[in-house]
Amino acid sequence: MSADRRVPRESSILVADPDAEVGSAAATGATTPSNGHTSAAAVPVIDRAAAALTHAHPSTAAPPALTLDGVRVSFGEHVAVRNVTLAIPDREVTALIGPSGCGKTTLLRAINRLHDHTGGRVEGTIRLGDLDVYAPSTQPELVRRRIGMVFQRPNPFPAMSIFENVVSGLRFNGVRGRAMLREAAESALRHAALWDTVKDRLHQPALRLSGGQQQRLCIARALAVEPDVLLMDEPCSALDPIATAKIEELITRLASDVTIVLVTHNMFQAARVSDQAAIFLLGEDRVGELVETGPTKELFDAPRDPRTADYVAGRVG
Amino acid sequence: MSAVVVARRRELIRATAQRSLMRRRLTGRIAQTLCAVAAVAAVAPLVTLLYYTISRGAGALSWAFLIHAPAPPTIPGGGISTAIAGSAEIVGLALLLAIPTSLLAALYLFERSGRLAAGLRFSADVLTGVPSIIIGIFAYALLVLPLHQFGNLAAAFALAVLMLPIMIRADEEAMRTIALDLWEAGIALGARRGRVARSVVLRGALPDIVTGNLLAIARAVGETAPLLFTLATPFAAMTLLIYTDGTQAFPVAQETAWGTALVLLGFVLLLSVVAKIAAWRISQRAR
Repeated sequence: MSADRRVPRESSILVADPDAEVGSAAATGATTPSNGHTSAAAVPVIDRAAAALTHAHPSTAAPPALTLDGVRVSFGEHVAVRNVTLAIPDREVTALIGPSGCGKTTLLRAINRLHDHTGGRVEGTIRLGDLDVYAPSTQPELVRRRIGMVFQRPNPFPAMSIFENVVSGLRFNGVRGRAMLREAAESALRHAALWDTVKDRLHQPALRLSGGQQQRLCIARALAVEPDVLLMDEPCSALDPIATAKIEELITRLASDVTIVLVTHNMFQAARVSDQAAIFLLGEDRVGELVETGPTKELFDAPRDPRTADYVAGRVG
Repeated sequence: MSAVVVARRRELIRATAQRSLMRRRLTGRIAQTLCAVAAVAAVAPLVTLLYYTISRGAGALSWAFLIHAPAPPTIPGGGISTAIAGSAEIVGLALLLAIPTSLLAALYLFERSGRLAAGLRFSADVLTGVPSIIIGIFAYALLVLPLHQFGNLAAAFALAVLMLPIMIRADEEAMRTIALDLWEAGIALGARRGRVARSVVLRGALPDIVTGNLLAIARAVGETAPLLFTLATPFAAMTLLIYTDGTQAFPVAQETAWGTALVLLGFVLLLSVVAKIAAWRISQRAR
């Protein structure tokens, strides 16, 4: 684990103002239909949304945060997704998009070895920097500390306060000391744009928060252990448009500090928040496949693969 | 917060996670071992009990043992047919009384939330804890004394009273797992409440109801105390026979008691298997 890689990241955290208002994301979020079912006429809307991206990082020559090479995930006889070769750029938002059942979530869960516990078989190579995630000598706990996850439904731990939720990952990793935990909690909550809302009720049950706040709490909980990568599995699918806009704004802001891999059904969301996109579709034999990757705007404006074109135009889906 | 503080915290978290991993792994191993030991300790009595009963009772077991009427305690060759028939009749009769009553009562508790329902629920909970011997005296006072007659009906009544509260609470819990929104979905289609109760709630809860009721039945089958008050002869039920023959000094009687115990165990086991299969088939059909 390279500590040197982290050093330049520190300055970027300080530049990002966690409490800054980003009005434009909220506005687009609130007015965009949330279903991915669009007609061909909707393409210009995607264009506009993509054009409205203000945060787009120029793709630098920095080494990718994650590299997937020939990844295939199967459950017994059933292959869920295969042939995934993909470089995920450091500190950018990469969206995995595509219809239901094409293996996006399955692939996401392979990245931090969640399939160790669900009986899924992962083949191919996944690298986090220069660490081989599935090498026999790799400790899954340490991988997961570096690759955090936010799930579809907000899942704060019940019977724990807001504070306990945020520091739970730190405690699981053996971090002790009240001052340390308090500091880390404040920092994580600030990053998740939740500090001002909850600072006076840190010791109230986490489940008393609204759905959107719960999801931001889950993001704070994931951030508290200082991961390099944050996996987000349709983090807005259980939220209303306003809460969705807040999360999207947050994703954009967090990308200056952590690498984000976002699974989404919503092409508008992918257009709004992601720098890179990877499109997954079902192959002829109903197995999920990676069809095309590239900068999100290019992918939506000038898809190379005809299947991608059909999908982003809403002709299939 | 300065950049230095943030950087130091990052490094601390990284180092702590790495350094504590061995200790955390060890703690995990120890806890897992404790769980495994506890699991074995929990199952061990059952295995020992089965082994003991089989090794002691298997000798008594024969076709004749099952179909012949009991002989006097000192004479070998008798069977336990009357006890098997009696137990089956008593339990069957008790189920006939308890299952419909408990189902309807559970439906009532499921649908109503008033003071009466709360009172009934509380009574059921209290009744679950009443020692079976008291239920035996109750059946004795209520049925045997006024009618001047011991018999299967009084015994069945006692067992039914014993099973009722367990069944009611199990049924209600099973129904509660069928979420309120499903109930509302039924009502919203224009169904009468009773129809929704039958088609949606009962149907969905049936596998859990079967499992829950089985526990009550298994408990009732093995009850002895209520039968002491309601049956005139030990040959009228298996548990009574085990009690009376098992406490006699004659080896023949003791062997009969072990044999009966084995039959009773087999009976409960069979009941469990049948109920599991039934619950499984019901839940499969629903898909």
